Amino acid sequence: MIGRLTMKETGIGETFGLGNRELRVEKVGWWQRLVELVSRNPLVFIFIFFIIFPFVVPYKALATQIIIWGLFALGYNVCLGYTGMLSFGHAAYFGIGAYTAGIVLIRLWQNIWFSLLCGLLMGGITAFILGYLCIKRRGIYFAMLTLAFAQLLYFVGFQWVDLTGGDNGLRNIPAVPLSIFGLSINIYTPLRFYFFVLVFVASSLLAINRILQSPFGHVLQAVRENDQRAKSCGYETSNVRWMAFVISGAISGLAGGLYALYLHFVGIESLYWTTSGQVVMMTLLGGMGSFIGPFIGAGVFLYIEDTLSVITPNWMIFLGPVFVLCVLFFPAGIWGTIKDLSTRRRK
Amino acid sequence: MGEILKTINLTKNFGGLSAVVDVNFVVKKGDLQSIIGPNGAGKSTFFKLITGELEPTRGQIIFFNKDITSLPQTAISHLGIAVSYQITNIFPMLTVFENVRVAVQSRKTTFNLWSKAISHKEFVEQTRHILEQINLSDFKDEIAANLSHGHQKRLEIGIALATQPKLLLLDEPTAGLSPMETRQTIELIKKIAQDLTIILVEHKMKVVMEVSDRITVLHYGKLLAQGTPDEIRNNEEVRRVYLGGVKI
Ligand SMILES: Nc1ncnc2c1ncn2[C@@H]1O[C@H](COP(=O)(O)OP(=O)(O)O)[C@@H](O)[C@H]1O
Ligand SMILES: [Mg+2]
Repeated sequence: MIGRLTMKETGIGETFGLGNRELRVEKVGWWQRLVELVSRNPLVFIFIFFIIFPFVVPYKALATQIIIWGLFALGYNVCLGYTGMLSFGHAAYFGIGAYTAGIVLIRLWQNIWFSLLCGLLMGGITAFILGYLCIKRRGIYFAMLTLAFAQLLYFVGFQWVDLTGGDNGLRNIPAVPLSIFGLSINIYTPLRFYFFVLVFVASSLLAINRILQSPFGHVLQAVRENDQRAKSCGYETSNVRWMAFVISGAISGLAGGLYALYLHFVGIESLYWTTSGQVVMMTLLGGMGSFIGPFIGAGVFLYIEDTLSVITPNWMIFLGPVFVLCVLFFPAGIWGTIKDLSTRRRK
Repeated sequence: MGEILKTINLTKNFGGLSAVVDVNFVVKKGDLQSIIGPNGAGKSTFFKLITGELEPTRGQIIFFNKDITSLPQTAISHLGIAVSYQITNIFPMLTVFENVRVAVQSRKTTFNLWSKAISHKEFVEQTRHILEQINLSDFKDEIAANLSHGHQKRLEIGIALATQPKLLLLDEPTAGLSPMETRQTIELIKKIAQDLTIILVEHKMKVVMEVSDRITVLHYGKLLAQGTPDEIRNNEEVRRVYLGGVKI
């Protein structure tokens, strides 16, 4: 018999420890089992999926774009989903990461590893500094502060033409071959570049998964659930949130660095608030409770953009309502809703 | 035995309202000391002053001969004072097990990013022990928000116990419980009181008279009387203002 046992408390007569419990057997469809399997072992499925992914999208560069933004959204979700901090300024860390990687390649050292490392570190350092200034505030004040600082960086980037190229963006980032074990590999075919990016995305996923399961990761969730109680248990919750913010900024910086390599160019809008808005939308669209959510969000967002922007430059007009409907009717996001549907118990 | 906690002229004003006024209060090591008083007497505020959640307007708090008056809340928690709140204050979307486990962990580590939380055997062991004490072992994988009120109240106590306090503050642990659940909570309090100093705020006089070594009466933030249950029972003034003249 294929089924699932669910225990349901029947309430009223429930007393000390042992309640009245009712066993029931439910028929479970194949898709429900699939969803359960995926949410049990999200990493395995993400990796399998990512290997097939570039072969099922309309063109390979779209797949690359989706996993880079997915990585950004994943980093963002450390803040929003796991620690409960709504930041409206993550463009700062993404943009700084992108500019840093680009500028390093143009001016400092034509080494891809080093440029990405710098992007990651600068994302983290920027988050460390701005986080210090924002973290004491909560809720809407925190959101507004992060937004204000990100806009400040945008104007700096805009004005500092010598370094950033200002309005024209940072152009001519060299397509440096990848050096590994003394070999020099050209990674700039769409498929190779996809798998190159995937290495970083996969490593970040493993690292974040590890962090979330660590004692610190559990404190993060406690802080999200009840900051005041976590404090009364002796946790310095503002330091905990600060640390989460730095990790989030570093991952966003890495994503920015990869984006700079992908485009050979960094546009000033990477620091603009629309970039922050985009990552918020992707995360909410996909669902912030899980690993998979942000990637699904990034995928859906970019796929819709890709399809509609061919038809009309005002594609946002169509994406906007999709987003609003999603937030209104599926607050758990796409993946959250799928999961809920598959585990919903019959009344 | 020695004093574990002492407050000297402890006062808290909220704007024009004096919630706690010049309270001189002592708890001896090993005692179960109750605080009673009508709603709004300042009992919860008094607790928040001790735990460092609120800053006193005036006065001093001494814990193990150390002045803790201006220490931050987290430092006071690490010195060994824990509170079980009047208004249930748990981690709602975490499991019962994790609610307690994360509180146990607070004594040892915060910024350990790389090991697995569940691989820390000593945390898991202590958590199991506490779940047994508060009799929630059967519900360990339940999401805390889904528990009944009675179970949440016990989890609340479990979280406080998990931080291994030397002094435990219990703010109305039986509020809203059925007679049966109240009974269980009393037994739990009696059990943990064997090796822990406790300050208990409680409205049910039967409970207070049964478990307390000493009782303190607060009235409009002022200390009205202190003594053994028998002394309080026979105190004319207490009976007039608080017990409504009823003999208990
Ligand atoms: N944060 C606060 N701000 C203003 N007034 C408060 C605050 N907390 C408590 N009070 C007031 O202080 C008085 C004592 O409250 P409380 O300590 O909760 O009493 P009890 O726990 O004895 O019922 C009440 O009049 C209450 O309204
Ligand atoms: Mg109270």
